[in-house]
Amino acid sequence: MVIGTILIGASSSIVGCFTVLRKRSLIGDAIAHSVLPGVCLAFMLGGTKDPLMLLGGAFISGWLSIIAIDLVVSNTRIKTDAALGIILSVFFGLGILLLTHIQKSGNASQSGLDSFLFGKAASIVGDDLIIFGAVAVLLIVSVYLFFKEFTLISFDPNYAKSIGLRVNSYQLLLSSLTVLAVTVGIQAVGVVLMAALLITPAVAARFWTDKLSYMIAIAAGIGALASVSGAFISYAAPRMPTGPWIIVVLTILAILSMFFAPGRGFWSKWRSQHFTEQRIFQENILKLLYQLEEGDGRQDAERSLSEMLERRDWKKEKLSTGLNQLEDDCMVTGDDELWRLSAEGRREGKRIVRLHRLWELYLTQVMKVAPDHVHETAEVMEHLISPQLEKRLLRDLNHPDRDPHGSPIPYDRS
Amino acid sequence: MDFWQNDFWIILSGSLVAMSCGLLGCFLVLRKMAMVGDAISHSVLPGIVIAFFISGSLSSWTVMIGATTLGILTTFIIEFLQKRGGVQADAAIGLTFTFLFAVGVILIAANSGNLHIDQDCVLHGEIAYIPLDTGTVIQGIEIPRQPMILGVLFLAVVSFLLIGYRGLFLTTFDPEYSDAIGMQTSVWHYLLMAAVSLATVVSFESVGAILVVAFLIVPAATAYLVTDHLPSMLILSCVFGVLASASGYYLAVFLDGSIAGAISTMMGVFFFLVFFFAPRYGFIARRMAGS
Repeated sequence: MVIGTILIGASSSIVGCFTVLRKRSLIGDAIAHSVLPGVCLAFMLGGTKDPLMLLGGAFISGWLSIIAIDLVVSNTRIKTDAALGIILSVFFGLGILLLTHIQKSGNASQSGLDSFLFGKAASIVGDDLIIFGAVAVLLIVSVYLFFKEFTLISFDPNYAKSIGLRVNSYQLLLSSLTVLAVTVGIQAVGVVLMAALLITPAVAARFWTDKLSYMIAIAAGIGALASVSGAFISYAAPRMPTGPWIIVVLTILAILSMFFAPGRGFWSKWRSQHFTEQRIFQENILKLLYQLEEGDGRQDAERSLSEMLERRDWKKEKLSTGLNQLEDDCMVTGDDELWRLSAEGRREGKRIVRLHRLWELYLTQVMKVAPDHVHETAEVMEHLISPQLEKRLLRDLNHPDRDPHGSPIPYDRS
Repeated sequence: MDFWQNDFWIILSGSLVAMSCGLLGCFLVLRKMAMVGDAISHSVLPGIVIAFFISGSLSSWTVMIGATTLGILTTFIIEFLQKRGGVQADAAIGLTFTFLFAVGVILIAANSGNLHIDQDCVLHGEIAYIPLDTGTVIQGIEIPRQPMILGVLFLAVVSFLLIGYRGLFLTTFDPEYSDAIGMQTSVWHYLLMAAVSLATVVSFESVGAILVVAFLIVPAATAYLVTDHLPSMLILSCVFGVLASASGYYLAVFLDGSIAGAISTMMGVFFFLVFFFAPRYGFIARRMAGS
């Protein structure tokens, strides 16, 4: 039972990556709602709950919905979102009508047909399991075999066409795989929540990587993990429905990914932003100390906190912390109150001042900006100009001596 | 029971839901927010369940507040995921509503001893019981509870449209212009979403969560295929809604199936007919014009 759930979860997640990439996330939702009438009709025609028949009915119904959506979008001014909504709700309404008709007709073998609606992964056993498991394996193998082609038609269908790839055929295949994934996935989570099996793992995986192959693998892992967790929760607390718990676990995994994935997650971005702000503040301290040295020409003088705070609108605690951090980096020396630049710190402070004045000169000379407008920009740019850009500035400005306000541009004695 | 005691009230209720949702749905279709409407109709479920748990009834103020809150929350979450999370729009919608709906179903299951919302009712409501639940007596006629509430909803929606017509119109068709003249585009957006949430929850008992989508979108889209003129579109969506309600009811009686499901099916049938035969934008007309 567990393997079945894992296969269903993983295969849906894998196929879902392509759906999401092609910006057709909600078509999975539409297909899921649309299989219901097919299932009911198959039951009504066949009289039994033979899983292959029901799957066949679902597949046909699902495919019809894709065709209907495309028909509406290409032949009317109705946009994709409305077309999805129309097909989804009408097919589903028809399905509900048929389902309730079947339920009321008292046919004994129809009980449990409504597991299509909410899913009952916990009760997929025996032959059902084999069939659904086989379909899931088929999906995974197909994606593996046609990975390159699917990637190409998802990212650049025009290029694919131009190199002679039969784009339409592969799109057909991918759509068929999606419909298959939906018909199988519904067994686990039901109609309404099916979209989540396609979408959420892909969204979660996207935070971890740029490479499609990694993304698919991660999505499969997340899908499998969530499916197992949901099945387990449903087993441990029998009143709990499996499908919704799978989705809840999936979404929690997605949210965790959004926050904590290295590089692309919120936490990572906040941290690097914080470090950048810290670096800028420290550079501003060094710049201030250098400017104080410029002012009275004394490199050996010790500067007090109050002296510094006179010239800048900073909080005392922040300045203290910054100075201590600079001391850890050997940029300054001092105790709590009195501070001096080290040789290293002086070089760094000089560099910042130099970049500031070079940029001001660049703005006034080359960009023809008025001298009283350049200071604020330079306050930002001084922290961002790379050594390469500095070299170019020096070259273009011809190793200048002074900035637009007359202050000397300090160079290292080399 | 004869027509006036039974059928009439059911068809009336269906029509009121269809008209209220259809009017709002016109704006959803025009603003390309059909699937956001779908999302909201699903994601209000936890709000309804929690409020039902607190207040004990599906038609109380608490439930309406709970649902509207969740509807607006949904809109916020989708935007947050898009703007701060970098998630693409359709994926953000899918992620949000499935999660919230799942939470709602779990809440129902966890409290199944105390709540008598059953899962099927969530899906398609049970409009057939309406005539049995009598409410008030006006002029000697017994009026069941549901049509009264739905009537109030309809009036509320109509008032909203009358009062806010200019705002809705401008923010729908020319958001840049309305921004330029200082009209708060985003306020109208949230107002519309709140109205959709409200309509969803009030219709919940009659038609269930999922079929509300049909009522919101299909008659409006059908009207969109017929006319360019917004007032006409609004009226036509009501017409299609009422036609579908009446024909749907009799179809359900014939098949002994869900009335809401039948009405949705009929809405699809009308859409299909208009799709083919509409004078300017229909399939046949376009083929003949050689487009």
